[in-house]
Amino acid sequence: MISIKNLHVSIGDKAILKGVNLEIPAGEVHAIMGPNGAGKSTLSHVLSGKAGYTVTEGSVTYKGQDLLALEPEMRAREGVFLAFQYPVEIPGVSNIYLLKAALNAMRKHRGEAEVDALDFLALVKDKIKTLEMDEKFLYRAVNEGFSGGEKKRNEILQATILEPSFCILDETDSGLDIDALKVVSAGVNALRDEARSFLMITHYQRLLDYIKPDVVHVLADGKIVKSGGPELALELEAKGYHWVEEQVA
Amino acid sequence: MSSSAEEIEKVIGQKYKDGFVTDIEVETFEPGLNEEIIARLSAIKGEPEFMLEYRLQAFRHWQTMKEPNWAQLKIDPIDYYSISYYSAPKKDSDKPQSLDEIDPELLETYKKLGIPLDEQERLAGVAVDAVFDSVSVATTFKGKLKDAGVIFCPISEALQEYPELVKQYLGTVVSEKDNFFATLNAAVFTDGSFVYIPKGVRCPMELSTYFRINAANTGQFERTLIIADEGSHVSYLEGCTAPMRDENQLHAAVVELVLMDNAEIKYSTVQNWYPGDENGVGGIYNFVTKRAECRGANSKVSWTQVETGSAITWKYPSCVLLGDNSVGEFYSVAVTNNCQQADTGTKMIHIGKNTRSTIISKGISAGRSQNTYRGLVKVAKSAEGARNYTQCDSLLVGDKCAAHTFPYVEVKQPSAQIEHEATTSKISEDQLFFCQQRGISPEDAVSMIVNGFCKSVFKELPMEFAVEAQALLGLSLEGYVG
Repeated sequence: MISIKNLHVSIGDKAILKGVNLEIPAGEVHAIMGPNGAGKSTLSHVLSGKAGYTVTEGSVTYKGQDLLALEPEMRAREGVFLAFQYPVEIPGVSNIYLLKAALNAMRKHRGEAEVDALDFLALVKDKIKTLEMDEKFLYRAVNEGFSGGEKKRNEILQATILEPSFCILDETDSGLDIDALKVVSAGVNALRDEARSFLMITHYQRLLDYIKPDVVHVLADGKIVKSGGPELALELEAKGYHWVEEQVA
Repeated sequence: MSSSAEEIEKVIGQKYKDGFVTDIEVETFEPGLNEEIIARLSAIKGEPEFMLEYRLQAFRHWQTMKEPNWAQLKIDPIDYYSISYYSAPKKDSDKPQSLDEIDPELLETYKKLGIPLDEQERLAGVAVDAVFDSVSVATTFKGKLKDAGVIFCPISEALQEYPELVKQYLGTVVSEKDNFFATLNAAVFTDGSFVYIPKGVRCPMELSTYFRINAANTGQFERTLIIADEGSHVSYLEGCTAPMRDENQLHAAVVELVLMDNAEIKYSTVQNWYPGDENGVGGIYNFVTKRAECRGANSKVSWTQVETGSAITWKYPSCVLLGDNSVGEFYSVAVTNNCQQADTGTKMIHIGKNTRSTIISKGISAGRSQNTYRGLVKVAKSAEGARNYTQCDSLLVGDKCAAHTFPYVEVKQPSAQIEHEATTSKISEDQLFFCQQRGISPEDAVSMIVNGFCKSVFKELPMEFAVEAQALLGLSLEGYVG
């Protein structure tokens, strides 16, 4: 699905990623853990095309194409989805309007007709129930006045409607209480299938209790320093990041 | 036989042979402004005596006036004596013969707005065949209005057909001494619309300048007078979403609305004059005086405007609320991009008891433009129980533009309730990136956010106007992103 080779990224003169290598085959869930400032969010931003980062070396191949050459909206239309750590508010634009505009942009890209208004409403009303969100959220301005948990659910709702092939979850668990975490995790798990891959960024092992990863990577100081199975996360939880950093040093 | 056929052909083919055309052939006036020019203008229009007097009075007063300079605008000096104040309507042979002769960029814009081909021809000023669809449309339309007793015609025609009616109302809302531009207009206006809705009549259709016969060539000094008699109701649409080309740089229009007891006027405008290029070269100066007088009790006037064009806009549609319980509303979206400047807003003058007014103003600035809201809410001592609500929001797109807000409030009646809310926001990089990450292009994202921002005004527009206005907004801001 996606292949990251020797990726070096800097902000201004400051090197953040210093040679990241990562392969995520279709259908797999990979978790990236690591201490603050390791470059986790930078990785998610560079993959989704946010401005302000310079790729100084390396490549990212996604479904056989050079991902870094695509505009952010083209990456999205090709199926790259970022669930934001801090979803923005867009006053005046209703949630359902945004969802529909986004879905139609993707459909247009695939050469399909715009979605029928009634079909769309039925689809959205069906999906919103699974995330235990009230229908009134559809008609509120995007994320405006939403609680932290509501914003995160809203991100997953968007993923559910847009059906991307590669999902990046950037600290989706932060700011969630345990009940919300269960709902969001269930939403993500419902999306799992053999054609879809996930890159899950988190500080805590807790999320991995609900969304079981295939592989866990540790990112420290701009590099992936250790990879392993789900048990690696438990070990990290017990021993702390220092343990890995010391091992590498 | 064949030679006589040729003969006939020859005669028919000739143009403007003596005695064949009844119209007096009129040349465009030489540049200049004096009493003689005004007298000639009035004579060409075949105006009644009182009209010439009115014009001359205005002109004499105008000569004593100075251009206003209080607005937040930078205006290059205008030489009013080097303008030609009358130009003969273009002959068909002087007009472009087909759309092939029109600026491709303009055609591209028409296409984006989804304007049908024959309509594109009309807008671009292409000479069209004698039998043109809209003529028959206009005729049926005129018949229907006539049955209802509604008068809707060019003001020049009204001056000939209904001189008493015009005389009774013209200049009673905006006097010929009102302000520099209105006074100039009173002296030299060329044409415009006249509407009279009789007592108790609900106008059977929305009146649009679009359907007015002789709509072309109203010139740079347009004059509009609308009278809604007791208990009548009318919705009037002015302008067009397609970009209007005009060789005249200075436009100074006057619009007067008169409302009697229980009358209601809804006046909607989409203004899209040429704004100049991205460096601010060219573009129309639009200095407009629009005012409504609610003379009757329980009357209601509502101004809705979407302003996206012109290099400079100076415009404050106002409501004088004389009648008890009368209501004034002002809903405005003003967009400026590139080097455009707009100083626009409204005046609500509360005189009658329990008068109410609402102001919703949405200013959007992009590029290096300057967008100013200027509003006055005035409550006279007589206006017991007056209420006003003002909401004034500015949206900045990019970081080289500016938004200014100047609300003036003068209250002499202690029971009045005045509310004012204002916000300024900016389209952030994060919002754009978020939308892009959901597959939406930056242009569409800006358009979506701006439309969301303007929603409360758009819902006041007549349906089809609202749809066009949304498309127009997207176009006006195009080219900002990137």
